[in-house]
Amino acid sequence: MALLSLSAVTLTFAGNTVLNEVSFNVAERSVTSLIGPNGAGKTSLFNSITGFYKPQQGSIRFDGTELLKLKPHQVTKAGIARTFQNVRLFREMTVLENVMSGAHCRTSAGAFAAILRTPAQRREEEEIRARARQHLEFVGVWAEQGRIATTLAYGHQRRVEIARALATEPKLLLLDEPAAGLNPTEKHDLVQLIRRIRDEMGIAVLLIEHDMGLVMQISENISVLDHGEIIAEGTPKQIQSDHTVIEAYLGRDDGEAFLDE
Amino acid sequence: MIERSPINSPMGRLQGLWDRPGFRWPALAVVLILLVVAPYLFGPYATVILTNALLYVVLALGLNVVVGYAGLLDLGYAAFFAVGAYTIGIVHHVYGLDFWLTLPIAVLAAAVAGVIIGSPTLRLRSDYLAIVTLGFGEIVRFSARNLDITGGASGISGIERPWIFGWRMQSTLDFYYVFCVLAILAVIASLRLADSRLGRAWLYVRHDEDAAEAMGIDRVKVKLAAYVIGAIYGSIAGAFFAVNLGAISPESFSFQQSVLILMAVILGGMGKVPGVILGAFIVILAPELLRDVGELRLLVFAAGLLLVMLFRPEGIWPSRRR
Repeated sequence: MALLSLSAVTLTFAGNTVLNEVSFNVAERSVTSLIGPNGAGKTSLFNSITGFYKPQQGSIRFDGTELLKLKPHQVTKAGIARTFQNVRLFREMTVLENVMSGAHCRTSAGAFAAILRTPAQRREEEEIRARARQHLEFVGVWAEQGRIATTLAYGHQRRVEIARALATEPKLLLLDEPAAGLNPTEKHDLVQLIRRIRDEMGIAVLLIEHDMGLVMQISENISVLDHGEIIAEGTPKQIQSDHTVIEAYLGRDDGEAFLDE
Repeated sequence: MIERSPINSPMGRLQGLWDRPGFRWPALAVVLILLVVAPYLFGPYATVILTNALLYVVLALGLNVVVGYAGLLDLGYAAFFAVGAYTIGIVHHVYGLDFWLTLPIAVLAAAVAGVIIGSPTLRLRSDYLAIVTLGFGEIVRFSARNLDITGGASGISGIERPWIFGWRMQSTLDFYYVFCVLAILAVIASLRLADSRLGRAWLYVRHDEDAAEAMGIDRVKVKLAAYVIGAIYGSIAGAFFAVNLGAISPESFSFQQSVLILMAVILGGMGKVPGVILGAFIVILAPELLRDVGELRLLVFAAGLLLVMLFRPEGIWPSRRR
């Protein structure tokens, strides 16, 4: 049984078809990559899964729930967390406060509990801090918890964003170009981190990534998106020898980058 | 970017002191003692002015939840102040229900009004909310002026003073202390809200709505909570305002009133409780202190406000954030 299952998802913007009958699956506890040339519709697909875009047709089933009509916050509550292509941490807030945001959808204290400082509210606050700490330790940036998040080195900001997503306690984590802007050491660490997320936390990972070395190294399954359509699916080996994929990349400027890997 | 840790400014030094734990409690004790003895130090006229300033502390802290915490521009906040005052005027005075039983009704009425105005508009961008709230403020005032039950343009007068534990709030001194208690409660509630799950959610949504949604925060629900909480502050202030004056009329709840409260929030520093308190005191006390200037006092006051906004656009109180 697939954890996430898209069937015939079609998204159009003012007559332009961005996604055309896209179908693909993500298995539980798997690492799946979504690759494709720039402008293929990868981020649009992420936005459709997470409720930011509303596809006109198709179905997106996740863990027994239809996501197509849900709002972003409901999708997160259902168990899908995401990061953004260009890191979007909350400005002027500390690393810890950023990660605490992930706990919002798993907690419940309201205004009255906050004003009266009920025992349950205080317990929940402690719990939120403890969980945030756990996740920051897991990604290895706890030492910087008190700093304003946007003042951290870029690689660390990416880690904070992953910790924040993990704090929502997801079953599936969507990473939008997590290696962009990282140096080789940081990329290596990222591969380790993604593996630990899958192995230690049992979370399935779906990632969009341009770094083919990283994609081939980490993925069990790869789906290739071009012009809003899935043109190939398979294991890294199958994808590397698929001539439609090579053509799709060769027809563009970044084709050589694909062959280099 | 403006560097915002002006350690050398008087306010910066004040805040530096405030952050030292050894300073905070003695300072609070001094403020509390000052509040208690102020009427005896400054006399009856000053007591009335200070009572008004404390009323504005409550109103400004309420609007601060909406504008400062949640980042929503509300230009008709006086409407909730009016809802509180008129609920007391009608249910307590005209129908004779006890003040303390009417107070929850006033709160409920404001909360319902908040939901009705907020839930359709909070889905839109903040600018639309400003326009709708501006309209709402005027609708409430015009309704109060034209309905029979609200007493038309002359309003409602002779509202009875409430009893509490066999003691009747009556003199200006009594009401001064009542508003002291209200202001202290408003401060505590505001500080506790800021440091809570909901308080953080307001910040997240204010900084980045999409990222907040992706973290599972329902932005409409969270904004509505801020709007309704602000409405409740306003209605409680309005209820006590009505029994203090004993008479209310539509002109007490004009657009200028909304602007004055908003000014207190922005002047002191949006989202910063000590700043907002300071702002409330300034908008009430400054025109009084400038009486010597005679007819030009409002002009001098306005020029002072402009200067503050020019040189400290983020408000008088310095930002804690590094």
